[in-house]
Amino acid sequence: MQMNRRTLLQGAAALGLLPVLPTAAKATPNAGGHVRVAMGHGGTSDSYDPATYANNYIQAQTYGRNNMLTEIAPDGSLRGELAENYEASEDAKTWRFRLRKGVTFHNGKSLSVDDVIASINYHRGEDSKSAVKSLVAPVVDLRADGDWVVFELESGNADFPYLFADYHFSVFPAEDGKIDFSQGVGTGGYKIKAFEPGVRTELVRNPDYWKSDAAFFDEIELLTVLDATARVTALTTGEVDIADKIDPKTGGLVARSPGVTLMETAGTQHFTFAMDTRQAPFNDVNVRQALKYGINRQELVDKILSGYGTVGNDHPISRSNVFFNHDLEQREYDPDRAKYHLQQAGLDSVSVELHAADAAFTGAVDAATLYRESAAACGIDIGVVREPNDGYWKNVWMQKPWTAVYWSGRPTADWMFTTAYAADAKFNDSFWGNERFNQLLSAARAELDQTKRTEMYHEMQAIVRDDGGVVIPMFANYISARRDTVGAPETVGSNFDLDGLRFVERWWKT
Amino acid sequence: MKSILKLVAMRLGLGLIGLLIVSFGIFFAVEALPGDAAEAILGQSAEPETVAALRKEMNLDRPALVRYGDWLIHVVQGDLGRSVATGRDISVLIVPRFSNTLFLAVTAAAISVPVALVLGMAAALWRYSTFDRAVTVGTLTSVALPEFFIGYVLIFIFSVKLAVFPSLSSIAPDMGMGERLLRTILPAFSLVLVVVAHMMRMTRAAIINLLAAPYIEMARLKGMSNARVIFRHALPNAVAPIVTVVALNLAYLITGVVVVEVVFVYPGLGQLLVDSVASRDLPVVQASCLIFAAAYILLNLTADVVAIVSNPRLLHPR
Repeated sequence: MQMNRRTLLQGAAALGLLPVLPTAAKATPNAGGHVRVAMGHGGTSDSYDPATYANNYIQAQTYGRNNMLTEIAPDGSLRGELAENYEASEDAKTWRFRLRKGVTFHNGKSLSVDDVIASINYHRGEDSKSAVKSLVAPVVDLRADGDWVVFELESGNADFPYLFADYHFSVFPAEDGKIDFSQGVGTGGYKIKAFEPGVRTELVRNPDYWKSDAAFFDEIELLTVLDATARVTALTTGEVDIADKIDPKTGGLVARSPGVTLMETAGTQHFTFAMDTRQAPFNDVNVRQALKYGINRQELVDKILSGYGTVGNDHPISRSNVFFNHDLEQREYDPDRAKYHLQQAGLDSVSVELHAADAAFTGAVDAATLYRESAAACGIDIGVVREPNDGYWKNVWMQKPWTAVYWSGRPTADWMFTTAYAADAKFNDSFWGNERFNQLLSAARAELDQTKRTEMYHEMQAIVRDDGGVVIPMFANYISARRDTVGAPETVGSNFDLDGLRFVERWWKT
Repeated sequence: MKSILKLVAMRLGLGLIGLLIVSFGIFFAVEALPGDAAEAILGQSAEPETVAALRKEMNLDRPALVRYGDWLIHVVQGDLGRSVATGRDISVLIVPRFSNTLFLAVTAAAISVPVALVLGMAAALWRYSTFDRAVTVGTLTSVALPEFFIGYVLIFIFSVKLAVFPSLSSIAPDMGMGERLLRTILPAFSLVLVVVAHMMRMTRAAIINLLAAPYIEMARLKGMSNARVIFRHALPNAVAPIVTVVALNLAYLITGVVVVEVVFVYPGLGQLLVDSVASRDLPVVQASCLIFAAAYILLNLTADVVAIVSNPRLLHPR
């Protein structure tokens, strides 16, 4: 979902008085043209190896050269990509994906079920070094059945096909059960012409691409431009057509540049403060509640995100998610209730340390300092500990009792909860174990009835909000910008920045 | 002449020992940083098992000393090894980056050295004049400003306002010489502004120092023109200090330009080094540092040799 911040803020009342803001670009795609993109990600350690993909740069490149089994459509629903269709057994434990026919790799090899199986097996097994190993750990058996790929899971999972929209599960050509990613050969809309890790990728259109209504550019140049100022300058001077990761502070300036459209995506990205709920004083739910009432969410959105975001309600499900609980009351900054909860915990005041570094998210240290100020009025003394950026995820996150954390979010509620809130999750960064929550989590996962699932996910959001050990003050929008030389559809994906990072095959040159 | 060859041989030998010490220092400095390549690559999503698997694949599960010894044995045989992070051959990784760095350094040097020498000599010639003061103030101001600021100012003037030069210097291997130069001008110019002051001040000081010498006074008393006094009599004796400072600045142009590379997105060796330190890619860090150290050693050696050759008293010691 793409929103304009002003229309959102000023609400419907102002709509009639104001002229309609940026007119949508021509919505019919043109084929052809050369597009240059400045991205704030990418490094010399990037490679084609799908086990180690780790940033938006390699993700965009992957969506150019490869396909996956499934794809998250711009409206957030799931659709088949290399899988023509897919179906589950009654208990959602067996999943069958039927492979699309007539798809060929860039090297002329035609896609077979074996390629898919080898590509997924690459992430499985004892000695897998893959970042997504845990996602396919519940797969007990994976086999071919004619045109079908069949997965047997250890327990039911209604959202299972969503996993295969993840860019790590790129399908590469395989021989003898081993995939070959060394040349970056895939079935995608673009072939690799040149790739200098940390510098640039040149992609040329694959004339034999099987999707007829995608991959419009003739050539794409993806540049790694780590300096935010350099990205904006390159965009405003017309050196590049698209730039991502616009600094919120300069968002207004960029939006006012002639020929440039600022794009906001309200996705799943959120910033949190995770407490170790095993340790005092965080083991007391009243202290956790007090801390949640002691933060001024709107102030953080205004000052840290410069307004490019929305307040969080202490659970990780984004507003764009189908299971988002709209009936749950939004938690506000309330010193009296914070004090009340402290009293319930038998305390007059509490002194805690919050560890933060800008590695957690840009502005994390500032956010912690603002939190300190608002919490002081509630009898909560927060000592802000500034940690080094280097090694933050290893030495601080999940090591210190209370830390600032960045989550890019996950496309489904189950995936998000399973990654960071389930009692046995490796990244359960609040070390939180709520019996009811964990029961609901496994029940909802296997439930195919949408109404029942919705109820369960609504209850889980309430449990995380009230009992959980994570303060979630804000969801940050992705901010990127494009020149008028580039056209985009009216509905763009919100699962990642830049149309779910699939702009490479969904956008066009005007 | 023989003594010079002997000196060069000795200095090269010492340089090799220096490189060995540098490589040892760098290796263990990077080792001492928290985390290793496996953790750096997997980042936030690192799990103990996957890190262990990756570490094994990267051969990081052996003790540091063993890995250093292994690396050293290969380097002595001329094999710089492979990048830990990507498995790519290091020479493939470094050669294009280093040639970009050299291209930028040479472009900057080709502008800055003549400009600095001419300005320095002119300032010495007309010392304490308005010209001298203007040059001094101008160059000292430019050296006092941080490089990234100069870079942004140049981008603002020449890319945003005048639109004559591109703000991105992302040069590619298949680019023609013309476009390459066009894209290198702005970063080169920022570097020029940074290094000119040092060289110009040194030239001016060396010449002014000599102008007070009795033999210069003699030359003047013989009725020589100002220009002849400077070029024929003062300059040859000022070569040694000037060459030293020029060499120092050339070394800086090769090794110290990472900030300018970032501002202009210039794909040079500095950015590669910073990236590799961040991902703890030791072989790449080592190779880059060795190149930098070798550049320093060779340029300083050149400066010393030039100083000796230009000075008959050093060339023919008694």
